[in-house]
Amino acid sequence: MIRYIIKRIILMVPAIIATSFIIYFAMNMTGGDPALTLAPENATEQQIEEIREELGLNDPIYVRYGKYMLGMLKGDLGTSYVTKRDVFKTFMERLPNTIELAFTAVLIATLIAVPLGIYTAIHQNTWKDTGGMVFALFGVSMPNFWLGLMLIIIFSLNLKWLPSGGKEGIRSLILPALTVGMGFAALITRTTRSAMLDVIRQDYMTTARAKGASEKTVIFQHGLKNALIPIITVIGMQLSNALTGSVLAETVFSWPGVGRLIVDSISKRDTPMVTGAIIMSCVLMCVVNLVIDLIYAFFDPRIKAQYSRKG
Amino acid sequence: MTDKILEVKDLVVQYVTDDGCVEAVNDLSFSIGKKKTLGLVGETGAGKTTTALSILNLIPSPPGEIKSGSIMLDGSDVLTMDQEELQKMRGNDVAMIFQDPMTALNPVMTIGEQIAESIELHEKISKKESMERAKEMLKLVGIAESRAYDYPHQFSGGMRQRVVIAIALACNPKLLLADEPTTALDVTIQAQVLELIKKLITERDMSMLLITHDLGVVAEVCDDVAVMYAGRIVEIGTAAEIFNETAHPYTEGLFNSLPNLKQRGEKLVPITGMMPDPMDLPEGCSFAPRCPYATEACKKANPGLRHLGGSHYVACQAYERENFKLGGEQ
Repeated sequence: MIRYIIKRIILMVPAIIATSFIIYFAMNMTGGDPALTLAPENATEQQIEEIREELGLNDPIYVRYGKYMLGMLKGDLGTSYVTKRDVFKTFMERLPNTIELAFTAVLIATLIAVPLGIYTAIHQNTWKDTGGMVFALFGVSMPNFWLGLMLIIIFSLNLKWLPSGGKEGIRSLILPALTVGMGFAALITRTTRSAMLDVIRQDYMTTARAKGASEKTVIFQHGLKNALIPIITVIGMQLSNALTGSVLAETVFSWPGVGRLIVDSISKRDTPMVTGAIIMSCVLMCVVNLVIDLIYAFFDPRIKAQYSRKG
Repeated sequence: MTDKILEVKDLVVQYVTDDGCVEAVNDLSFSIGKKKTLGLVGETGAGKTTTALSILNLIPSPPGEIKSGSIMLDGSDVLTMDQEELQKMRGNDVAMIFQDPMTALNPVMTIGEQIAESIELHEKISKKESMERAKEMLKLVGIAESRAYDYPHQFSGGMRQRVVIAIALACNPKLLLADEPTTALDVTIQAQVLELIKKLITERDMSMLLITHDLGVVAEVCDDVAVMYAGRIVEIGTAAEIFNETAHPYTEGLFNSLPNLKQRGEKLVPITGMMPDPMDLPEGCSFAPRCPYATEACKKANPGLRHLGGSHYVACQAYERENFKLGGEQ
């Protein structure tokens, strides 16, 4: 098991190198001269040249990439063109906000979706099932930003219950978390339902009933535990999505998270900031995926056995 | 009355689907004496498993529905029990061994937990004690106690079936429903498992309903035999009566399709045709379309059970004819 974890961590390295390569070249070859953006409007050709020299923009791109990667080994992701601050530090300042939003959103989604998914599966092909599925369809089809705006209009402008943006305590977390969570809830509901439908027809459910177990025990202890793997997968996917920044929701609610950092930096052509933030997101995604895979082993002994065998 | 553990009367079970109504069990009546084993024989789709699930009142609903009849278990009707009484009865008074041990066990629970669950549900004992009892049960079916903490995927098919047996017997039920307990196993393992079941129910004074399509198994284990065809019992009697004085053409067909080890070169004689679609049963005797003795009369009315002597009954109109004998007339 431990060998499996070490192997997985080593496998992250090529993933991160590949991401950094793609994103570095993409960001540096899209054209546009950062020096021009940074220089004051009436700068002379010489001043611009000085800025280029200062940023190291005159080196060939592969040299710059090499230097960048060497820096990365030391935990240095460069300095922002715009704020002149360390990229890694800026990212880490924003990360807790995104984590807070991501976990709250996924928690809300799970609390709504898993019970709803089980409920609709038990009542398959009745109006209760249809009702739940309509809700899920609605959740999937609703664009995030639209839902966010609607929530702001209702709860901030009309009812004046909650702030429309910013980050001041738990109250300002509710609307963005709901916005992000609704889309997730829809997906998790559908996955839970189909996983439960699969499990409900299994023979071991009849075995459990024949033992004299109550319907509640049969559904939750025997059914849900077997349906968990796909449910955990989809929850994990949503979590890693949310952790790399819910760009739209963070923008609509001016939430100071990673997603907004990336969007802002792109619009300001802050190449080091964008590159660094995306590489960090990649690292984060790899870690979350590893954790999810380890959670599988906790719930399913067959997967645990597989991990140990593969070592 | 009191010497019967189970009395099924006029049981009708149907599955109502979008495509039509499946008449799985039609007017079924039989009984099992205390400490006796009844073999329920018939081909796939004859309604054997539906009958067993009905006794536990576990017909999946929808689409299944028990339309009418009564199932008296030691004097009380299973079909009128409420949910609480049913849960008390299942596993405790009546337990079931399922056909396919590969799917009957929960893959994410240890073997020990699954046996212990049955005990915990019916007796007020601690988790630790129930686990100890589970280990004893494992030992009883010939599996090392230390394996109680293993998961089903670590066991072979034969061992899993032993575990299923351990679960069924954990609470000492009065009646055991064994639904083709050896069908999914290797031939070499089949005899072992059958021997184990036989030994355990004799030791524990249990009654058993043994569902099978294997007449060899019946001969070895059963006191009485009921032959089922298209949801009806076509012949019922003691094992000796069924084997020595076979009366129904279908039973005869079953015997003819058995291989004879003494004459290896001989060809098997299968029953021609297929069992009728239970969604669209023929009007008269369901077996008439495949029956070599059938006459016009057979296609018109459904034969009732006719007493042949002893406890031997047959549902066949041919016996209205004088001097009718299987294999003799034709």
